[in-house]
Amino acid sequence: MPRVLAFLILACCMILAAASASATNDFSSTADHAKFKELQKVFASGPEVTKACLSCHTEASKQLHKTTHWTWEFENPRTGQKLGKRHIMNSFCGSPLSNGPWCTTCHIGYGWEDLRKDPVGEENVDCLVCHDTTRRYRKQEGAAGHPTRDTVAQLTEIAQKVGKTNRHNCGSCHFHGGGVNGAKHGDLDNSLISPTFYLDVHMDEMGLNFPCARCHMGRSHQVQGSRYATMARDRHGIDVPGRDDGSRASCESCHGWMPHGKTKLNDHVDRIACQTCHIPAYARGNIATKMWWDWSDAGRTDESGEALSIEDPRGYEVYSSKKGSFEFVRNGRPEYRWFNGKVRYTLLADKLDDAKQPIPMNAVEGSADDPDSRIWPFKVMRGRQPYDTVFKTLLVNHIAGSEEDKTAFWRGLDFDKSLKAGTDFAGQPYSGEYGFVETTMMWPITHMVAPAEDALTCDACHSRQGRMADVGGFHMPGRDFSPVLEFIGFLLVAVVMTGVIGHAVARFVILKGKGGGDVP
Amino acid sequence: MYRNIQLYTRFERLWHWSQAGLIISMGVSGLEIHQVYHLVGFEAAVDYHTTAAWALIGLWAFAIFWHVTTGQWKQYVPTRQKLRTVAQFYVIDIFHGKAHPYERSARSKLNPLQRLAYLAFKLVMAPMLWISGLLYMFYNQWPEWGLASFLDLSVVALTHVTGALLLITFLIIHVYMATLGRTPLQHIKAMITGYEEVEAPNRQRTRGE
Repeated sequence: MPRVLAFLILACCMILAAASASATNDFSSTADHAKFKELQKVFASGPEVTKACLSCHTEASKQLHKTTHWTWEFENPRTGQKLGKRHIMNSFCGSPLSNGPWCTTCHIGYGWEDLRKDPVGEENVDCLVCHDTTRRYRKQEGAAGHPTRDTVAQLTEIAQKVGKTNRHNCGSCHFHGGGVNGAKHGDLDNSLISPTFYLDVHMDEMGLNFPCARCHMGRSHQVQGSRYATMARDRHGIDVPGRDDGSRASCESCHGWMPHGKTKLNDHVDRIACQTCHIPAYARGNIATKMWWDWSDAGRTDESGEALSIEDPRGYEVYSSKKGSFEFVRNGRPEYRWFNGKVRYTLLADKLDDAKQPIPMNAVEGSADDPDSRIWPFKVMRGRQPYDTVFKTLLVNHIAGSEEDKTAFWRGLDFDKSLKAGTDFAGQPYSGEYGFVETTMMWPITHMVAPAEDALTCDACHSRQGRMADVGGFHMPGRDFSPVLEFIGFLLVAVVMTGVIGHAVARFVILKGKGGGDVP
Repeated sequence: MYRNIQLYTRFERLWHWSQAGLIISMGVSGLEIHQVYHLVGFEAAVDYHTTAAWALIGLWAFAIFWHVTTGQWKQYVPTRQKLRTVAQFYVIDIFHGKAHPYERSARSKLNPLQRLAYLAFKLVMAPMLWISGLLYMFYNQWPEWGLASFLDLSVVALTHVTGALLLITFLIIHVYMATLGRTPLQHIKAMITGYEEVEAPNRQRTRGE
C-alpha cells in the first residue's frame, strides 16, 4: 500500500512538473535564444542586453518608442485630452511628475529620471521586463527602471531564455499599480499569475491559460485595449485573423454579438456590457483592492515623532503616516454606469468646483439614449486629494525622494514642503494654500471573468433594489413601476375583493335570517 | 321544472379550462416578474410567462377560428334586453332568495351582464395585454419595426400592468359569480360536463317554490 501511494505521489509530481514546464517554455518558437552568440556573454546592465537584442531585432526599439508604454502619453482622439501617466492625475499617488525615478521603476525603459522630458535612447528600451520567461527579472525601486543588482547578476540566463510575454510580465507592473498588489484596478492582481477556472475562465492555468496578449494583441508592439480609450460597444463583432483589424481586446472580438443560447439574454448584449453579468465582483482572487485613500489623514506620527503603520486584523495597512488612511475590499460589488468609452479626466490645469464634492478624477460619459453606450461595471475609487484652495486645482505632490530630500512627503511628512516642491518641479501655479477635496475615480472592470454559473442572475438587476437601482434613463422590468398605478390597481382589487366577500356574507346572513333554507 | 341541456361543447370546455389555467399561471408568474413576491426567481418566472403566452396565443387562434366558423361569436353581442333585471337580481333580488331572471338556452348562453363582461374581456383587456405583452417580448425588434422612435417601454409596461390588474379584478368577480348558481358548484360542474339544468322556458319561478 505505501508503495502504491508513493507511486501515485511520484506520478502526480511528474504530471505537475510537465504541466509547469509547458506553461513556461514556448516550444512553438523557431529560435533558441541560448544558441545566439550575441547573448553568450556577461551583461553588466539592462541597456547592454537591449543592445544585444537590437543587433537582430533592429526595428524593435523604434516600434517601442511609439507606444504609450514608452511615452506615457496618449492623446484621446474622442476628447482631445492629452492623457497618459505624464499628464493625468489619479487618486492614488496623484501625479508621477516630480517623483521620477520612483514612478519610472515601472517604465518599460531605463534611466528616465525626469518626467518633464521625453524618455530617450534605443538601448534604453527594457526588452526583458516584458519578454523574461524565468520570472526572475526584477526592477529596482527608485532606480528609474533599472534592474536590481541580483537581477543584473543573472542577465545572461534571463536574456537567453526570452520568449513571448506572459501574465507575470504584464503583471509585474500592472498588478501592482497604486503601490500594493491589487490596490489600483480591482480586477488586476497577482492572483492572475496562476488563476483557477473560477477566478478567470480564460486565464485559467489548467485550462485555456491565456496570456494577456491573447486579447491585448497588437502589431509592432502597439498593444490593444487601452483603458484611456475603451471600446464600450464593439460593433465590429468577431475578428477573423487575416481579414479584420486584429483587435481582440473586446469580448465580442471572439464571442460575437449573440453569445448566448437564450434569445432574451442575447437581447441584452446591445445595452449591457458582457462584463456586467460575467464579472459579478472585482478582487475575486482573495487579494483586496483599495477603495478609499484619504491623503488628508497623512502625516500623523506617534508620540516620539515616528511614522505610523497600522494594520487591521486581516493584515491590511489601514493607516500609514506616509500615505493616509485606507479601506480595502475583497469580492467588491461593482457600481454600474452608462458608458460609451469616453472618459474625461480632471487634468492639472482644470478648475475644480470644490462646492460640488466629490470631484471626479475621471468622468465616464454615456447615457441610455446613446446607442454606443452600454451599462458597465466599475470599481469606484474614493478618497481625498490635496488641492489648491485659491486656484482650485489638483496639485502635484512630491512624494518620493532620496533620503536627503526632506521635501519629499515620504521623507518629511510635510505637505507644505512636498506640495511646493511638486508644483515647482511640474511648473504648476500654486498659491501656497492647500486643502483636501473628496474625489472619485472610475476603474472599468473587465478581468476576472467568472464561469457562466457564477454570472449574475436576472434577479440581481430585475428587482426593486437590485444592482441597477441607480442606473437611470430607461425602464427596467422588475425595477420600475408607477406608484400611482400600483395604488389605484391594487386598491381596485381590494375593493372588488371586499365587495365580493361582503356580497357573500350579506347573502348568507340575510337568507339565513329569513329561514330561506339552502343558501348557496 | 328543470331540464338538462348541453350548454358547452367539448371544445368550449377545453378552451375555457386551458385558458383559465394559462391565464392563472401567467398571473402568478407575471406578479412575480412585477416583484410582488418571490417564488421561482425572475428568470424562471419570465420563462413560464413567455411559454404560457405562446400556448395561449395558440389556443386563441383555435378559439377565434371556432367562434367564427360556428357563429358562436354572436353569443357576445351586447344587449340591453333584461340588462336591468339581471343587474337588479345580483344587487337586490338575490338577497330575497329569488331565482335568476335570465333563461339560458344553447342559443343564448350568456345573460346580458355576462355578454358585457366577456366582451370587455375580449375587446379591451385581452387586446391590451396581448399587444403590450408582444411589444414587451419583442422590445429588441422595435428599431427594425420602426417603433423605437415614438414608443417607450414604460408606456408598454404600464399598459400591460393595467391590463393585468383589470383582468385580476375580472377573475375575482368571475369566480365569485360562478358560485351563485342554485348550488355553489352548479355552474362550475356545467363548465366541466357541458350539461346544466336550466329552468324550463316561459315559467317564472321563485326559489323554494
